[in-house]
Amino acid sequence: MAKSKARVKVPKSVKKGEVFQVKTLISHKMETGQRKNKKTGKKIPRMIINKFVCQYNGKDVFVADWAPAISANPYMAFYVTAADSGNLDFTWTDDKGNVTKKSAKLNVTG
Amino acid sequence: MGKVHLGLLAAAGAMLAAGFATTTLAADDKMYRSDDRNSGYTYLTPQSKAMQDEDISNPGMIWVDEGAALYEKVDGEAGKSCKACHGKAEVAMKGVATTFPKYDDNIKKIKNIETQVNMCRKKHMKAKPWKYESSQLLAMTVFIRHQSRGMPMNVSVDGPAVKFFQDGEKFFNQRRGSLDLACKHCHQDHAGKKARANLLTQGQTNGFPTYRLKWQKVGSTHRRFRGCNKNVRATPYKYASDEYMNLELYVAWRGRGLPVETPAVRN
Repeated sequence: MAKSKARVKVPKSVKKGEVFQVKTLISHKMETGQRKNKKTGKKIPRMIINKFVCQYNGKDVFVADWAPAISANPYMAFYVTAADSGNLDFTWTDDKGNVTKKSAKLNVTG
Repeated sequence: MGKVHLGLLAAAGAMLAAGFATTTLAADDKMYRSDDRNSGYTYLTPQSKAMQDEDISNPGMIWVDEGAALYEKVDGEAGKSCKACHGKAEVAMKGVATTFPKYDDNIKKIKNIETQVNMCRKKHMKAKPWKYESSQLLAMTVFIRHQSRGMPMNVSVDGPAVKFFQDGEKFFNQRRGSLDLACKHCHQDHAGKKARANLLTQGQTNGFPTYRLKWQKVGSTHRRFRGCNKNVRATPYKYASDEYMNLELYVAWRGRGLPVETPAVRN
């Protein structure tokens, strides 16, 4: 799987001011840079997702710097407080600069 | 154990609260048992169970998505996709996995879903068959088996399949390797006990291809067979070999009545 695929789960609708959970999952091999090629003895270069950003209507609400100890196909769950209806935009950036984007609609009532 | 699954860290707060819920849930794994047959699920830690239970935290679902895309992708000289012949996967592929592996009259052998996919690709799509254990073939197999999730395994072992079934049974009971162990010694006689730090399961295949935490990806039954054979220091057979096909049939029969769990999470 050369290209990363992402899955995102947000509630269908939330009340204004409510704290809701956002869950994300992305496919990535997350090569640590510590492993060696068994045949040649050479180190396999590090290749991980180093940055994860979640924007809520254009504003950063959750930002994380990831490190090599994080497993392949990382799952990330966090909480956001509902303000207005709009979009949640997720961005994953890896060491080679590949960017995976995903966005979800959020409906805020009341 | 250098690696940490992010979710367990990030959702640590939530997990503390959910911890109580999962312990009560553990008693409620009746659907993963059939008579004296227990799915690998029943041997999992509460954390791994929680990971499998929810589709968004189950990394195997990425392969389901990948397979769904491949199902609709046109490939080969005939200009067809899987969908072009079969129609909607939710309808056409429902229950299919419960009957595989099965006897095929054309090749006069046992075929599994991987074989069937490649036969279709060659015959009807005029496309190149996928390599065994390639990400495409895995994704397609996961996707097809996923359509039968929750349905009980029910393979046919009579008629022309009898001979192959018996070969599979023989393989299962045959000692092999420097350790001189047969499949049955761990997975039948001592299931539920420990081999060093590992909890031995019954070796059921109802969740395959499973997302294995050790592999950090999904893998087929044959990969698991090869790993097991290497562990007893025997020379493993090749992917898609007749030996493993027959064994897969026997093991699927051993797990009759267990629900298809693909993509399961295993450690």
